[in-house]
Amino acid sequence: MATSTPQATFLDANEIVINMGPQHPSTHGVLRVILKLDGEKVMGTECIIGYLHRGVEKIAENRTYVQFAPYVDRMDYVAAVSNGLGYCEAIEKLLNAEAPPRARYVRTILTELNRISSHLLWLGTHALDLGAITPLFYTFREREEILKIFENYCGARLTTHAFRIGGLQYETYDGFEEQVKAFCDYFPPKVDEYETLLTGNRIWLERTKGVGILKADEAIDMCVTGPVLRASGVKWDLRKAKPYAAYAELDFDIPTGPNGDTFDRYFVRMEEMRQSIRIVRQAVAKIPEGPIMGKVPKIMKPPVGEIYHSIEAPKGELGYYVVSDGSTQPYRVRVRPPCFINLQALDRMCRGHLVADVVAIIGTIDIVLGEVDR
Amino acid sequence: MQIPLPPAIAPYFWPVVYGVILLAVFPLAAGYIVLLERKVMADIQARLGPMRVGPHGLLQPIADAVKLLLKEDIIPELTDKWVFWISPIISVVTALVALFLIPMSDKLPVPDLNIGLLFILSLTSVGILGIILGGWSSNSHYPLLGALRSTAQLVSYEVALGFAIVGGLMVAGTLSMQEMVRNQLAQGVWFVFYQPVAFLIYFIAALAETNRAPFDMPEAESEIVAGYHTEYSGFRFALYFLAEYSNIVIVCSIATTLFLGGWLRPFPNVRALDFLNYFPVIALAGLGAFCLLGAAREARTIEKLGMAGLGGALILMGLACLLPGVLPAVEGLFWFIAKVCLGLYTFIWIRFTLPRYRYDQLMRIGWLWLIPLAIANVIVTGVVMMLWQ
Amino acid sequence: MQTVLPNFFFYLLAAIILFSAFLTITRRSAVHSAIWLVITLLGVAGLYLHLEAEFLAAVQVLVYIGGITVLFLFVIMLVNLDEAAKERQFNRHWALAMICAGVLLLELVFFIAKGEQAFYFAEPAGGTLQPNTQLIAYALYRDYMLPFELASLLLLVAMIGAVVMAKKDLT
Repeated sequence: MATSTPQATFLDANEIVINMGPQHPSTHGVLRVILKLDGEKVMGTECIIGYLHRGVEKIAENRTYVQFAPYVDRMDYVAAVSNGLGYCEAIEKLLNAEAPPRARYVRTILTELNRISSHLLWLGTHALDLGAITPLFYTFREREEILKIFENYCGARLTTHAFRIGGLQYETYDGFEEQVKAFCDYFPPKVDEYETLLTGNRIWLERTKGVGILKADEAIDMCVTGPVLRASGVKWDLRKAKPYAAYAELDFDIPTGPNGDTFDRYFVRMEEMRQSIRIVRQAVAKIPEGPIMGKVPKIMKPPVGEIYHSIEAPKGELGYYVVSDGSTQPYRVRVRPPCFINLQALDRMCRGHLVADVVAIIGTIDIVLGEVDR
Repeated sequence: MQIPLPPAIAPYFWPVVYGVILLAVFPLAAGYIVLLERKVMADIQARLGPMRVGPHGLLQPIADAVKLLLKEDIIPELTDKWVFWISPIISVVTALVALFLIPMSDKLPVPDLNIGLLFILSLTSVGILGIILGGWSSNSHYPLLGALRSTAQLVSYEVALGFAIVGGLMVAGTLSMQEMVRNQLAQGVWFVFYQPVAFLIYFIAALAETNRAPFDMPEAESEIVAGYHTEYSGFRFALYFLAEYSNIVIVCSIATTLFLGGWLRPFPNVRALDFLNYFPVIALAGLGAFCLLGAAREARTIEKLGMAGLGGALILMGLACLLPGVLPAVEGLFWFIAKVCLGLYTFIWIRFTLPRYRYDQLMRIGWLWLIPLAIANVIVTGVVMMLWQ
Repeated sequence: MQTVLPNFFFYLLAAIILFSAFLTITRRSAVHSAIWLVITLLGVAGLYLHLEAEFLAAVQVLVYIGGITVLFLFVIMLVNLDEAAKERQFNRHWALAMICAGVLLLELVFFIAKGEQAFYFAEPAGGTLQPNTQLIAYALYRDYMLPFELASLLLLVAMIGAVVMAKKDLT
């Protein structure tokens, strides 16, 4: 019965366009999202990215393979260790070299610790977006312990450049295994603490259940990977499907979620943190002795060819497609950024929800703009 | 105190003096409530909070006040200047006048209105005008939306608040604030035990009325920047801030007066527990000892002296209560402030533990849950009271 | 002193009310009109206090200012009034309007002239309106229960009608 009155205002027009960002407390970086709203309901979204584009892939064409390795950390700066792992393994494949077992185990330990620290940062900021101010401080407290381990190992906390092509540069320091084991004992009760604060909380459930549903077939269609895919019910993890580093020799589970809503993505990431502790415990117990660096030439001139190698980064499938033309510098390095591809699903997930949910959904995809824009 | 005054102004003299003192003291007290919030927030978040300005950050409110007063007074170009100017004033004046009417002790010259509680509620609803006019006069998209949302939330939860208060009023039998506390003394029971449901609903509605988490969506940074006070800075922002914290103190005070016995000590009629009368002495002395302990641990001399001075002052206050005639005069105020602080601590505790509700969920809780529950409470109370007679 | 002060307050309140009411109808901006309306209503509440009807004064502030004016402001802010102002404000029936106004004026003059001796300054009721809250409660819920219930039913009907008209089609 509500007829369209002649006095239409910007508030009762059928479609309003609202701009979120690039400076916005909740877009996790410089992301600009244009929302088309009908009243409060989101009809469509459009992401404008590129505010953090630094031309990393172009830089790769002008650096040697070894020189390019530190640049890789700066893409997903939250999970720098994973980026480094993917790159080093890709070049090792190109060179037909292999890292020795000890290097592979240490790499696994550090990468899994990095997965935990990435998920901790995600948890803190996601809870902050939804109004729970406190978990941020707790997760950062735990993250401190992990960053201390990184700092002790390679001197850097965030952009670590921990691995080298062919293995590791640094031997593990005295007390590495003790510190990692101590962390494995310290951490699981903290995860339980976060669950007490959030998982059973009625307000949290109301804000996350049924919000941003992504069905399994939609996820596969859009090439979404990582916890977002697993929360939609698809049990696909590269650590099990195409094992790399030391994962084939370790025992762990892949958590999935039934519905693909925000709560399932939260749940999957919490479980992954627990599984990561399990992996780290096994790996620390099983580290073999031996050399840390494999046989790689000093001046790297890989044979002409191309390689695509991907790993399961905390955000999803991180892939490196490297084309070599026989010289010391790669012809092309193309990065498959999981955040960029997962961000495509934002539009599908936001349809029909309210503006307040958009913030929750952006948070639940776990994007890092450094990786989206490179 | 008996001062010979001409009979025309005699009944007005002491309340006016009390009002002036309250007006002078309360902004400072509100600043310390903000410090309390920051310290409790820090404690919940496993950190320390303000520590630099003064020992343990105790001079932080003064630094904040000076900063806000010295800031440039920015008035955006296209705003409606008069309305922009008057909006924070409306909020602050109504909040401070309502504060003036709250009986913090039976010894203080607070005017005893026979419609006291109703008048305070009216003042709070006039304060809503300050919010909506502030948002509108900023002439900007986000503050207007924030103001409208905030106002809709406040108006809705006022209904729930009112019904919860009616439940308490049915047991209290009067609208006068002082009379309510005297009735609790006469019946020997705090009314929270007669009306637990009403108290719970009142508390939740009070959280929503003061725009506190989990109902602070209109002010949430991640949504609408800062809501209706986005465009306000400096002293005007300080006024809105003062109004917000005054409102928190007012709702806690109403809860204390109506449900928690006002200025009465626990079990006011039980003679066996008369030793509780000395609790203020012990509390003050204990706090003083705590401060002295903190002074011993401070690194710098100036902070040592500051904490030691504070500790000494608190212990002296505690000992002064032992002088004849002092304790009966101040114990009412002590218990009232203690209960209000309990309410404040719970407000802060809830804010930093729970996530926030989405706006539609917030409105749904108010209209579909709190109001029917409050009405049911009134009906049940009425029936029970009728059967009891 | 006893009679000067109440009269002074009456005149003061009357002046405030008349002045604000005049400004309410002459402002160009609707929000300014609403603000002056608030002042007018505050003045009326003051008059109720002057007549020692304190419950009415508090309820006037609570309901009229805290509820109704807020809703006025909502409407003003959500409806684009510039467009409304551009529409034709008045229709052309001046003559009919003048006749109606003239008749009303005659009636008013007649009744004022007739009841001239009924005018006096309303003295404070001095006890008849006390205790105000209880007396109003008795009146509403005992003596005039049926009209009260009918009035609330009317309000309920209006509320439901407003909701039905404003609801969006949830297609």
